[in-house]
Amino acid sequence: MNTADHTPHFRRVALLWLIATAILTPIVIFVFGPGLPPGNGSAQAAGQVTDNTVLLALSVPVAMAVLVTLGYEIWAFRERDLTGPVLDGPAITGNSSVQMWWLIITTSLVLFLAGFGSVRLLEDGSGGGQGPSPLVNPAGYKHALQVQVLAQQWNFTYRYPGYGGVETPMLELPANTLVEFHVTSLDVVHSFWAYQLGVKADANPGVDNIAYVNTTHPTLINIHCAELCGVWHGYMFQTGKVVSKADFASWIQGAQKTYAPAAKNLTPYSKTYFPSPLGRGA
Amino acid sequence: MARRTVLTLSATLLVIAAIAAYVFLYLTNVPGSATAAQTANGAQLNLATVPAAATNDPHPTWVSYYVTNGQGTGWQHDTTFVVPAHSLVHVTIRQYDSSSGLRNPFISQATGTVGGTFTLDGKTMQAINPDLASHVFAIPQLGVSVPLAGIPDNAKNACGNAPCDPSTTAHTTTTFTFRTGAKGLYRWQCFVPCGAGYVLDFGGPMQTVGYMDGFLKVV
Amino acid sequence: MTAVATPSPTATPRQRNGLIGFNLLTGIVLGVAGWWIAYLLGGLIHGASIKAFSETGQNDIQILLGYAGGVLGFLAGLGFANYPIRRVLGHPPEIPTHEIDEPGLAKYFRISTDHKIISKQYFVGIAIFFFVGGLNAMLIRTELLSPTTHVFGANQYLTIVGMHGAMMLGMMTSGMIGPFANYLVPLMIGSRRMAFPRIEALTFWLLMAAGVVLVSTIFFGGFQTGWTGYEPLSDQGTAGYDAYLGFFTLVSISMSLLGLNLAATIVTMRAPGMTWSRLPIFVWSVLATSMLMVLAAPMLTATLLMGAMDRTADTGFFLPGVGGSAFLWENLFWVFGHPEVYVLAIPGFGIVLELLPVFARKPLWGYRLAVAGMMGVALFSFFVWQHHLFVSGINADLRPFYMLSTEIISLPTGFTFLCVLGTLWRGRIRMTVPMLFCLGWAFNFLFGGISGVFNSDVPSDVTTHGSFFVMAHFHYTIMGGLVFSLFAAIYYWGPKMTGYQFNERLGKIQFWAMFISFNSTFGPLFAVGFLGMPRRVVTYPSGLTGLNVWVSISAFVLGLSLLFFLWILVKAVVFDRIPAEDNPWHSKSIEWQLPTPIPAYDFNTIPTFSGDPYPYGEPVPAAMGGEMPATAGAM
Repeated sequence: MNTADHTPHFRRVALLWLIATAILTPIVIFVFGPGLPPGNGSAQAAGQVTDNTVLLALSVPVAMAVLVTLGYEIWAFRERDLTGPVLDGPAITGNSSVQMWWLIITTSLVLFLAGFGSVRLLEDGSGGGQGPSPLVNPAGYKHALQVQVLAQQWNFTYRYPGYGGVETPMLELPANTLVEFHVTSLDVVHSFWAYQLGVKADANPGVDNIAYVNTTHPTLINIHCAELCGVWHGYMFQTGKVVSKADFASWIQGAQKTYAPAAKNLTPYSKTYFPSPLGRGA
Repeated sequence: MARRTVLTLSATLLVIAAIAAYVFLYLTNVPGSATAAQTANGAQLNLATVPAAATNDPHPTWVSYYVTNGQGTGWQHDTTFVVPAHSLVHVTIRQYDSSSGLRNPFISQATGTVGGTFTLDGKTMQAINPDLASHVFAIPQLGVSVPLAGIPDNAKNACGNAPCDPSTTAHTTTTFTFRTGAKGLYRWQCFVPCGAGYVLDFGGPMQTVGYMDGFLKVV
Repeated sequence: MTAVATPSPTATPRQRNGLIGFNLLTGIVLGVAGWWIAYLLGGLIHGASIKAFSETGQNDIQILLGYAGGVLGFLAGLGFANYPIRRVLGHPPEIPTHEIDEPGLAKYFRISTDHKIISKQYFVGIAIFFFVGGLNAMLIRTELLSPTTHVFGANQYLTIVGMHGAMMLGMMTSGMIGPFANYLVPLMIGSRRMAFPRIEALTFWLLMAAGVVLVSTIFFGGFQTGWTGYEPLSDQGTAGYDAYLGFFTLVSISMSLLGLNLAATIVTMRAPGMTWSRLPIFVWSVLATSMLMVLAAPMLTATLLMGAMDRTADTGFFLPGVGGSAFLWENLFWVFGHPEVYVLAIPGFGIVLELLPVFARKPLWGYRLAVAGMMGVALFSFFVWQHHLFVSGINADLRPFYMLSTEIISLPTGFTFLCVLGTLWRGRIRMTVPMLFCLGWAFNFLFGGISGVFNSDVPSDVTTHGSFFVMAHFHYTIMGGLVFSLFAAIYYWGPKMTGYQFNERLGKIQFWAMFISFNSTFGPLFAVGFLGMPRRVVTYPSGLTGLNVWVSISAFVLGLSLLFFLWILVKAVVFDRIPAEDNPWHSKSIEWQLPTPIPAYDFNTIPTFSGDPYPYGEPVPAAMGGEMPATAGAM
C-alpha cells in the first residue's frame, strides 16, 4: 500500500528541519550562548564559552535532523488501527546515496569539530592542566606570575615563588596578568578547579601540572576539588579572588608578614614534593 | 491465589525490612555529639587526642579525638561538637600522642584563632616546629588551624589506649580561642599524617568520621 | 554444525530435588566455610617485607584470601568441581546434559547448562543487584535534597556513591548480555546450546558471588573511592576497599569468560545457512560486545591484581615516591573502562535495531551499515581512553589525537541512528510497549551522544570534566540507552521467556512515567554541572538547592516507575498468569516460530536458514529505487 505512496515525505522533513534549525540556532547562540559557563573571568574562560556556544549551535541542526525525522515518522507512518490485520511496509533495505551523504556530512562535521577543538586548544591551552611540559605556552609565558597550588587531604594552599616562596591558605591573583599555575599534590590525586577562571588541573603527587590563565577583571573565584579524594572531598572548596594589581601587591606583602612564622619552617620551593612519610607500616 | 498473595506480600515486607535495617543500622550510624560547656566569656570545649582509642572500641588501634570535661576526665567518644553561633569558643586540647610531623610545614602556624596565637603548656605561640606536630585541629571553612605538639618519643609514662589520666600520663596542653560565624555544619579534621599503617599515613582514622574527623555544629 | 551433540532427554539422570545435594544452599554453606578457612590460614602469613597490619587493625591478606576462599567454596558447593574431579578420576568426557523440563523452581537454584534457564537466573540475579544499585541512587538523591550533610555520614555517603557506581557498571555489563544474549544467541543462530555450557553457568554464579562480595563492604567500613577507585586514594582505604577489589576481579573474570563463550558460540555453532550476512543484528551486537569483553576485561583483572599486591605484599605500582605512578592506575583502568561503557551500550543498539523491523513492518534498513557501526564503535573504543585524562597532567601532546579519536566514535554511532531512521521510514509503525522503549532509546541516546561531544572537546571538557555534566552525560547513554533498550527487550521477549502475557496498558503507563521522570532527572543535571557542581560531593553551594531538589524528586518518581515495572512483572507471572501467544508481535525471527515456552531442546531438528534475516515488507518496484528483498522465511 505504501509502495504507491507518492507523498513528498522527504521534502516535508527537509523543510521542517530547515524551519526548526533556523529558529532554534539563533536562539541558542544569542539567548543561551552568553549565559554559558564558565563566564568571562579570564581569557581562557571566555574561550571555553566560545567553544561551548559553537558546540551547542552545531548540535541544534544535528539533533533536529534526528528529532524532526523521528517525530515525522511517528506522526506520518504510525499504524493507527492496531486491531486490523498486520500489514507490512515497503521492503526498502537501504539507500546507498543516503548512506553516502550521511557519511560525508557526519565525517565533515567530526573533522571540523576535531580541527576546531585542536585550534582552540593550541591558541592558549584553554586553561586545562597540561602536565610538566605544556604543549601550549601562551605568549609571554616566561614572565608569567607563577603560583603553585598544593593540594592535600583536604585543602588547597598556595605558594608564590616570585615572592620568596610564601605560602598562603587562600588564593589571590592580580587582574590582567598571565598566571602560570603549578598544580601538585602532597598525597592523593585531587583536581584544582577554579570555576570563574576556567582552570581545571589534576593535582598528582610527584607531578607538576601546569595550567595557564590570563586573568581579566577583579572577581571572586569558586575553587573546588574535582576529583574524588577521600572522605572530605565534598568539603574541599574555597573562595579565591582576582584583585587589582595594586591590591594584590599590598595583599602579598601582608601575607609575607602574616605567614612569616610558618615561612621559616617551609621546605625550599620545588616543583614537586614527594609524599612523606609513605607510611607503609615500616 | 491466596498463597501467592501471602508470599508476595511477605517477600515485599522482607525487602522493606532489609532496606530499613540497612539505612538505620549502617547509613545513619554516625558518632554522637557533645555540647560545649557555657561559661561567662564564651563556650568551653575540652578535647583530648590519644594514640589509640579505647580497647573496647571497634578500632582499638586507631588514633582518635575524645571529648572530656574540664579536668580531662569523663571521656566521651564523640566528634560532633555543638557550639553557639557568633560567639567565642575556648578550646583546650590535652594531647597524649607522640610526634609524627607535618606533611605540609605551613600548617605548623596557627591561623584563624583570636590573635593568631595559641598556648602550648601555658606559653603563647604562633607556630611550632613542624616535625614536633602530633595532630592538628583545623576547621578549614572557618580558616581555623592549630598544631598540637607531641609528647617526647622517650616519654616514660606515655598513655596507650584511651582514656588517659591527665595526672599520671605524659601530655601537652594546647589552648586557643576562635570565633564562630553563622549557624551551620562545619567539618573539622587533622592534617598530620597520623593514620599509621595506611598508605601516606592518611587512611583509617584520618578518613573516618568519629576519629580524626568530625563536625562543628554551630547552633 | 553437526547434530551429534544431542543426548536423548530420557537418558539424563534425574537430579535430586531436595535441599541436600549440589545447590545454592550447599554453595552458601561451603562459601562461608571457605571464607573462614582461608581467612584463618591467611592470618598465618608473616614476613618482614609484608605490611604490618597491627597498626591498622585490618589484615588485607586475610580478607582478600577470605574472599577467594569463600568464592571457591561457593562454587564447589554448587558443584562446579564435580566434573573436573570426575575427569581426574578417569571418567570419560561427557557432553553437558540439559535439565529435564522438570516442574518447580528448584532447577533455578542449581547449576544448569540450559541456556534458557541460565538466562532466567541471570535476569533475576541481576535484577536483585540492580535493585540494590538503584536503592543506593535513591539514597544519594535523598542526601542531596539539602546542600549540607544531613542524613547519612560522610563515609557512608561516599560508600553508597561507590556502591551505586560499581554495582551498575559491574553487574549491568551483563545486564543485557546475561539474560538476553544467553537466551537468544543459541536460538537465533540455530544452536541448541552455547559452546561452553558449564562456563556459561560459571559466569552467572561468579557474578552473583561478586555482588555479594561488593555488598559485604559495609561490614568493613565501606570504600570511599567511587567506582573508578583511583590510586593512591584506594590504597588508603579501609578493609572495605578489599571488597571492591574482589568484586571487580570476579566481574572481570566473569566478563572475559562470557565474552569468550559468546564469541565461540557465534563463530562456530551457527546452523547450516546461517551465513554472516544472515546473522540477526542483535547477534552482531553481541559479537561486537563479546570482543570488547574478551579484550578489555583481562586488563582490569591485571590492574586489580596490582592494586591487591600494593595493599598486601608491599609493592608500589601506584605509589609515587617508591617508583610507582598514580597515572598507571588511571591509564590501565580506562583502557578497560572505556570499552566497558560500550559493553553496556552496544547490546542496546542491537536490541533496538532488532526490534524496529518487527514494529515498522519493514526489513532492517542498511544492515551492513548497522554491522559496520557496531563493529566500528567496538574498534574505536580502544583508542579513546585518554579523554578521561585531558586535564590529568599526563603528557599533553596527544590531546588533539584523543579529541579526534573520540569524536570519530560518533561516526559509527551515527550509523546506528541512520539505520533507525531508515527502518522507520515509510513503515507501518505499531506503537507497542517495546516500540515505545526503542523510540525512548533513540531520544535519550541522541542527547547522550551530543553531550559527549562537549566532553570530547578539550576546551569544553575543562569546564565539564569531573562535574555533574559528565554524570548527566553517561546517565543519558547508560540509563537512557542501555536501560531503555533493556526494557524494550524485556517487554518484547518477556512473554516468550516467562510464558505469560504482560499488561500492555500498564506497560505504556510505565514507559511514560519512566521516560518523563528520566529526562526530568538527568536533563537538569547538565545545568547543575555547567553551574559548577563537582561529582561525588556530599555538599554543594546553596544556590543549587532548587535544581537539586527538583532532580531528587524526579529521581524518586523514576525509582517508583521502576518499582511499578516490578509490579507489572509480578502481576503477569504470579497473579494473572495469562499464557502468552506463540508469536504475539508477528515477528518473523526464528525464536518466535517456536512454541511458548520454548521446549528444553529448543529445536526438534537443527534448522536450516536461507534468505533475508528480516523478511518483512512488500516488494518495492525497482522504479522506486527499492532493492528486491529475498522472499524466503527464516526457517
